[in-house]
Amino acid sequence: MLNFFQLILIYAGVYAIMAIGQNCITGYTGMLSLCHAGFFCIGSYATAIMCKIFGLSFWLSLPAAAIVSGIIGFLIGVPTLRLKGDYLCIATLGLGEIIRNVATNLNPVGISQIPRAELFGYVFMSRNKWAFIILIWAFVLIFYLLFQRLLHSRIGRAMTAVREDEVAAASNGIDVTKYKIVSFVLGAAVGGIAGCFQTAYTLTVSPASYTFMVSVMVLCTVVLGGMGNGKAVILGAVIIQFISYFPQLTGLTNVIPAQAKQMIFGLILVVMMVWRPQGILGRDRFRYGSARRPLFAKKKEAGV
Amino acid sequence: MSTFTLYMQYIVNGITLGAIYSLIALGYTMVYGILKFINFAHGDVLMVGAFVGLLVYEALAGAAEPGMWTIFCFFIAMLASMAFCAVLGMFIERVAYKPLRNANRLAPLLSAIGVSFILSNGAAWIFGTTSRRFPYPFENDPIHIGGVTITPHQILVIIVSVAMMVLLAFFVNKTRMGKAMRATSLDQPTSMLMGINVDRVISLTFAIGSALAAVGGMLAAFDFRVYPSMGTMTGLKAFVAAVIGGIGNIQGAMIGGVLLGILEAVGAPLLHIPNGMRDTVAFAVLIIILLVKPDGILGKNEREKV
Amino acid sequence: MRILETQNLTREFGGVIAVNDVSFKVEEGLVTGLIGPNGAGKTTLFNQITGMDKPTSGKVIFDGKDITGLPAWKISRLGIARTFQNIRLYRELTAVENVMLGLHFKVGSDPFRHRFLQSLRSYVFASGENKELYGKAMEWLGFFDIADSAQELARNLPYGTQRELEIARALSAEPKLLFLDEPAAGMNPAETAHLMSVIDKIRSLGVTVVLIEHDMKLVMNICDQITVLNFGMKIAEGTPNAIKTNRDVIEAYLGREEDF
Repeated sequence: MLNFFQLILIYAGVYAIMAIGQNCITGYTGMLSLCHAGFFCIGSYATAIMCKIFGLSFWLSLPAAAIVSGIIGFLIGVPTLRLKGDYLCIATLGLGEIIRNVATNLNPVGISQIPRAELFGYVFMSRNKWAFIILIWAFVLIFYLLFQRLLHSRIGRAMTAVREDEVAAASNGIDVTKYKIVSFVLGAAVGGIAGCFQTAYTLTVSPASYTFMVSVMVLCTVVLGGMGNGKAVILGAVIIQFISYFPQLTGLTNVIPAQAKQMIFGLILVVMMVWRPQGILGRDRFRYGSARRPLFAKKKEAGV
Repeated sequence: MSTFTLYMQYIVNGITLGAIYSLIALGYTMVYGILKFINFAHGDVLMVGAFVGLLVYEALAGAAEPGMWTIFCFFIAMLASMAFCAVLGMFIERVAYKPLRNANRLAPLLSAIGVSFILSNGAAWIFGTTSRRFPYPFENDPIHIGGVTITPHQILVIIVSVAMMVLLAFFVNKTRMGKAMRATSLDQPTSMLMGINVDRVISLTFAIGSALAAVGGMLAAFDFRVYPSMGTMTGLKAFVAAVIGGIGNIQGAMIGGVLLGILEAVGAPLLHIPNGMRDTVAFAVLIIILLVKPDGILGKNEREKV
Repeated sequence: MRILETQNLTREFGGVIAVNDVSFKVEEGLVTGLIGPNGAGKTTLFNQITGMDKPTSGKVIFDGKDITGLPAWKISRLGIARTFQNIRLYRELTAVENVMLGLHFKVGSDPFRHRFLQSLRSYVFASGENKELYGKAMEWLGFFDIADSAQELARNLPYGTQRELEIARALSAEPKLLFLDEPAAGMNPAETAHLMSVIDKIRSLGVTVVLIEHDMKLVMNICDQITVLNFGMKIAEGTPNAIKTNRDVIEAYLGREEDF
């Protein structure tokens, strides 16, 4: 029971990182991409290859995973991001499957016995789950802060403008294509990092685990929490993983069919769209200028 | 066998395959024409159609020897499956898409992905993930015409598809409701002002599209067997067929389907694509078509009005 | 001085000629009106100039530079801002955020060079930059007397305010040339009156204004120069008084006398 609870926390962390990336693509810039499983796959493989074949440490493979998936994201993004809404969705779905198919063809059995991650001499053993929970959630926090800052910077605002109205954005001097690509590459890189943590925890990679279902789960995470809202996305990841491991957690694996969770994810997408398209927490409303206003106003009063 | 007859054979196979794609593509195209969104769940409706058809057929024909009776059973199963899917299609529209008609563009798309997930996993839950064979309702002895082999099931596929398309063309072009449908796809607000019940037209579009998908699913079942995720790849290919023909264009979907079928049947052996890479190549072609010819061969170039 | 000029600009849409050989001139510092019956090609002409669409043939010269066929974002950074006929605000963002986006490329030393470094700087020093942009944006909202609505979502604003917010967003980029596409469309008389005073204020900032408008009272009152399009062709240009009495223009609007 505690075991599964810890597992939920670990995977919630991994999915939260992935969802932060998906949120950058879908929530900030409004592009419905369905190939996050692909970036996750690339990140995992990059880490596995770096650690096992080139003997690099986990900490070096982390940026490497991000860079590799970022580059692939760029190569994918440059041609496909011209497509609008529905077409982009189908094209990225195809790309996600291509990545998985290529991985399956090149490396059907996967890679196992990947060296463990280490930090100041402390070795992250898979059985020591709390260490992983702390490690992964520390990175969730880091990426949360980095991407919140992005959203509330000029760059993030330009991405939101692209989401709201591309024509208006262009009329405001925003290079729409550039921001789409930047957002997509950042999202892809973060997806890769999530893959890196997954590998560090399971110490194996196998192409069978990067199905379309993963992409939908990530999308579901973002939609459930609230598109464009960093906190909400993390909350979404916890809920989704809780649903995912609910049968194991309650010991009802024999009663609840294996498909139940997927059906629930589907249901979540429909129900959220119909009843609460802004997600559980809704949009992140950042009030520029007003955060410090009370203090500012007081000073002024004192001055007068 | 000479190269010529070999390629003739591929083309015959391609046309059969393409006829199925066309039937399914019609559903995508009709919905897009009216609602301007891609019904992601369409592929899974096809799967449901195949399952319902199979169940009804098995219940009626049982272990009967192929003959007139089984052929009759097949058509009854097809009608039952069409009716079931028509209702299913209308139900999906009513529950998952109608409330989102004025929402932003991503909302119905996400909802459709959700529906697709519910259907395919629901089917996996009820029927299990193993694939089932759809028995031929007749002796499937091939007929040889000058070196080219045609099986009765291929003939059935082509006859049924052509009949369905003729019926659809008649409906769309000659009936009042068909006219209303065309009007709605041209200009929704104006049609509403002209007294057309747009909700009913949309419902009907989903019903017809889903019924055609049911037929497509049953015909595809002969070649591809029946399993819960059969709709994904077939649906995607049919979608590409709709894009090739110009999405939103009914004749285009018919032509696009046949074109894609031939392309697939001829292209795969011509380029010596290994089996493991087939889906990869199919996806790559899909993306290339979306990028290079998003308006299709019969589509009109729609640009966003500033 | 002539700030903008189109030379024999033509735009065809599959056989339909929406803009036909139009040579349109805008003098610096003046308010130029672009009028004509519906479907005369006014918005199409705007779109060609602002880069929303590429002309079939002809040239657009802005500030002595050939800008024909440049993408919209580049033209915008060169100093041409615009509004849209059917308001295009960032509906889910607040009014002040809308204007902050208008200021997007005003950050940094040059709108075209070192943009990547500038983006990094914008990210690292986001809070300081936000404060600065917020301040500027609030000034622009104040300029239009809509500072009270700063934290409202754009989609919740009343219609007239939305129109003015869109102008504020365009103007915040301090363009040399401002295109307004039917700014008074759908406004009530009080809102139109306010808009007129706003355009006067814009002119006093030294910004050259070009506007498409159907409200003749507004056009005749505010414009220094008027160009008339009909069926994609320029049929007249001149001062409001000259246009009022121009036979071709009267014909275009009212039909020929025999028709009555």
